[in-house]
Amino acid sequence: MHLSETANTGFLFLAPWLVFFPVIGLLINGIFGGRLSERMVGAVASLASGAAFVVSLLLFVTVSGSHGEAMRWHLAEWIHIGELSLDWTFRVDSLSTTMMLVVSGVGTLIHIYAIGYMHEDVRFKSDPGRFRRFFVFLNLFIAAMMILVSGDSYLMLFVGWEGVGLCSFLLIGFWYEMDTLARPSWANSDAAKKAFIANRVGDFGFLIAGFLMFFAFGSFQFDAVFAKAHEVPHEMIIAITLFMLIGVAGKSAQIPLYVWLPDAMAGPTPVSALIHAATMVTAGVYLITRSAPLYSVVHEAQNIVALVGAITALFAATIAVGQYDIKKVLAYSTISQLGFMVAAVGMGAYVAGMFHLVTHAFFKALLFLSAGSVILGVERGHHHAAHAHASPLSQRERARARESKGKKKEERHDAHDDHASAEHHEAFDPGDMRNMGGLRKTMPVTFWLYMIGTIALAGLPPFAGFWSKDEILLDASHHSQTIYWLLTVAAFFTAFYMGRQIWMVFFGEARHEAAAHAEESPKVMTVPLMILAALSILGGALNLPFEGFHNLGHWLEYTIGEVEALGLDMQVAGVSTVLALIAILISWLLYGRNPMKQGQVDPLKKGLGPIFTGMENKWYVDELYHAIIVTPFNKISYFLADVIDWRFWHDWFHEKVIAGTYNWISFIGLNEYADQKGIDAIANGLGVWTQNFSATLRKVQNGFVRSYALSVLLGVVLILGYLVLK
Amino acid sequence: MTLDLALFLLLALIAIASALGMLLSKNAVYSALYLVLNFVTVAVFYLLLGAPFIAMAQITVYAGAIMVLFLFVIMLLGTDELPKSQVLPWQRPLAIVLSVLLAAEATFLLVTKARPAGNVLQPDESVNTMENLRQLGMLLFTDYLLPFEVVSILLLVAMVGAIILTKKEKGAR
Amino acid sequence: MIPVDYYIILSAILFVIGVLGVLIRRNALIIFMSIELMLNAANLAIVAFGSVIKSFDGQIFVFFVIAVAAAEVAVGLALIVEIFKSKRSIDVDQMSSLKG
Repeated sequence: MHLSETANTGFLFLAPWLVFFPVIGLLINGIFGGRLSERMVGAVASLASGAAFVVSLLLFVTVSGSHGEAMRWHLAEWIHIGELSLDWTFRVDSLSTTMMLVVSGVGTLIHIYAIGYMHEDVRFKSDPGRFRRFFVFLNLFIAAMMILVSGDSYLMLFVGWEGVGLCSFLLIGFWYEMDTLARPSWANSDAAKKAFIANRVGDFGFLIAGFLMFFAFGSFQFDAVFAKAHEVPHEMIIAITLFMLIGVAGKSAQIPLYVWLPDAMAGPTPVSALIHAATMVTAGVYLITRSAPLYSVVHEAQNIVALVGAITALFAATIAVGQYDIKKVLAYSTISQLGFMVAAVGMGAYVAGMFHLVTHAFFKALLFLSAGSVILGVERGHHHAAHAHASPLSQRERARARESKGKKKEERHDAHDDHASAEHHEAFDPGDMRNMGGLRKTMPVTFWLYMIGTIALAGLPPFAGFWSKDEILLDASHHSQTIYWLLTVAAFFTAFYMGRQIWMVFFGEARHEAAAHAEESPKVMTVPLMILAALSILGGALNLPFEGFHNLGHWLEYTIGEVEALGLDMQVAGVSTVLALIAILISWLLYGRNPMKQGQVDPLKKGLGPIFTGMENKWYVDELYHAIIVTPFNKISYFLADVIDWRFWHDWFHEKVIAGTYNWISFIGLNEYADQKGIDAIANGLGVWTQNFSATLRKVQNGFVRSYALSVLLGVVLILGYLVLK
Repeated sequence: MTLDLALFLLLALIAIASALGMLLSKNAVYSALYLVLNFVTVAVFYLLLGAPFIAMAQITVYAGAIMVLFLFVIMLLGTDELPKSQVLPWQRPLAIVLSVLLAAEATFLLVTKARPAGNVLQPDESVNTMENLRQLGMLLFTDYLLPFEVVSILLLVAMVGAIILTKKEKGAR
Repeated sequence: MIPVDYYIILSAILFVIGVLGVLIRRNALIIFMSIELMLNAANLAIVAFGSVIKSFDGQIFVFFVIAVAAAEVAVGLALIVEIFKSKRSIDVDQMSSLKG
């Protein structure tokens, strides 16, 4: 490239390094990581991610310097077939830089946190060798995510899309040979497979959308597609956008494909925070925002997107109320918040959606990582208690059952689990909120961080969550009353389940000796949390709804066009704030005033009865899917394998028809004369001749170097002779 | 017949005779010494061709260093004559026939097809001077700098390789 | 003026003597010397041609050949010494274990 170009495009030439830095990190760790200490491995991975963050910052500076103009950096040719020409081109505009900053910024903090977290996790699970593998996967994820957000075409986006899906699979199944309580089982593998398959369904939709797009537009490149958005038939765009919605539902965990995300909590907590809360699952929101020119053409599709998002938001929020696992609550909360974002972008409120995406990345990462800190703290307490009391023999047994992450109490759909749970039925679960209580005193730092995250998520001013959620609600109130009320009720539940969690985890008395002995986490974990907490408090400043602010809105305008800047509507803001306060008050009445005792039934269960049972069991969606998809699928497979394949094709067709015919023909045609005198003789003759010939030929290789040299000389003489005579 | 040609023929005779001496000597020490003589005559040819630097390099590196190395190794391994061998009885006649053919073909091709137009330059006063050497040196250290450095690394590697090959491994024997 | 053909013929004769040495002799050291002789014959032809086209390139090429030959001799002789240590012989016909 020429110097003059550099001057014009600022740091644009660094764009490919968004991907290269994490790849370099993963190569270093993958190849040399075995010889490096854990500290070095973590440092390399964090530096790689941090370098990507620095690049993102420089690109941000460049883009703001050029007034948000979309810039491209062509790296290499990719596919050139006929009229289709696709390249590895990085697109840097205000939308993609926003995503880059979130991904690499939050990603780097989580890398640092994971150094501390995985250090203990691999020891509790007694396989320290996997520390390196974790960071290799994590860097791979950052690289894939960067491809996703910086691609200049739908196909490049799809490469990243599949890449992050792969990393998600690898990291959910990180402890693939055990369940979340470290008992030998295939539960974690099954969770990973579930995530992968649910995502395949979504990706299938995305692929169909891609095929239709190529059929209709003849290109995958963003600008080329958007330029023709008004020329292509309306129905075609509806089809494309709706198939794309299936992809979004898979990746961003919306109804009906959300079921994988709660199970994805089988992965280590930093993974839950990075992939399954802050970044990867928001890819769907990014996709819709990126495709804004397509969606804004078809209002029907927009309405469906908004409705799906709003229903998901409420539905998941109700399930979160009935969960006992600290990470499961957050998982359903993530689904619910993703519903908010999808609803927002569905309504055309792209700025509100992206705003919530950013703030949610801050406070949900904070919450997940704090939850990880809580779980490790309880785990340490349990370890402590086990050491203090147990006899050496049972201590070993307990060490095997030891566990540091979220868990699944009921693994009904999992047949492999049976042998394990019978053996270790009393395994301690450090992620169960019923085992916690009173952690405010033992883990004060984590407590305050968790409080900040909770308030931000519950949407109390002036924390980040309030501003972004309020903007979505405000847009919804302008757009559709149905969606507005769905989201408002969802926000109410959000505040309630977060309040419930706070009271259950941090207040009252310890309900288990492990919680009583819980210990605070080290600095390497808490410092990134503090940064995230600061962002959770101040993140709202990105897009304050006052005249002269709306920074994010104006920033994104460069990419997605004119955005209506809404002010602060006191009615909407007031309703949501009051509802949130009421929800927290109710949760205090239920869980805070009279803290739960050990073994006590959830007080909400007494009041709501069967409804709470429904929430607790996730409205039996898994069982429903099992009944309408998995069981028929198994039956059809069985039918195909046993009846069609084995009995019909093998027993009847193959054995009777083909074999019978063949026997008959051979009886006629291959009697002694034709067979032994004719065919056998030829075959044997060939064999004998080959043997003799090879025996002769073998003598040529006699092992004497000099005779080899003579052969070479013969060859030289022949070749030169040919040249002479030519 | 000019003086040049007479000198050439004389030297060529010496070169061929010494090469045959190398080939036919029973004793490896004699072979090595014949080869030294051959190398020296080739060095004189280089001088005749106006390549004094190569001639000197030939004498110091080939006739000097390399052949001394050979003599050392011969002394190390002994000069015992090898016993008569009955294997490969056809090797010798075939080799001679093919070699003669090769010589004929190579000469024919080189002289008729691969030969550049013109005759060998007569070495004049300008050739065997410092100026000639200076030009060669300039070329070596400008256009051919990279190959030059690569060759220096190659020599280092060969040195290390030779040491490692002949080093006695601890406990191996 | 000596025609370049003379040099070429001389070079071819020397080369063929080297070839014969490799083919006929069984002493590994003499085979090695014959290889050196072949290298020299080639060098001679290169310098002669370089002289005809009035270029230094031939000489520079020969210079590199000499340097590489020095490296080759160092490693090759080390190998011969090693082989002698294990076989107690420098007869190349003794090294015929790689046969079909």
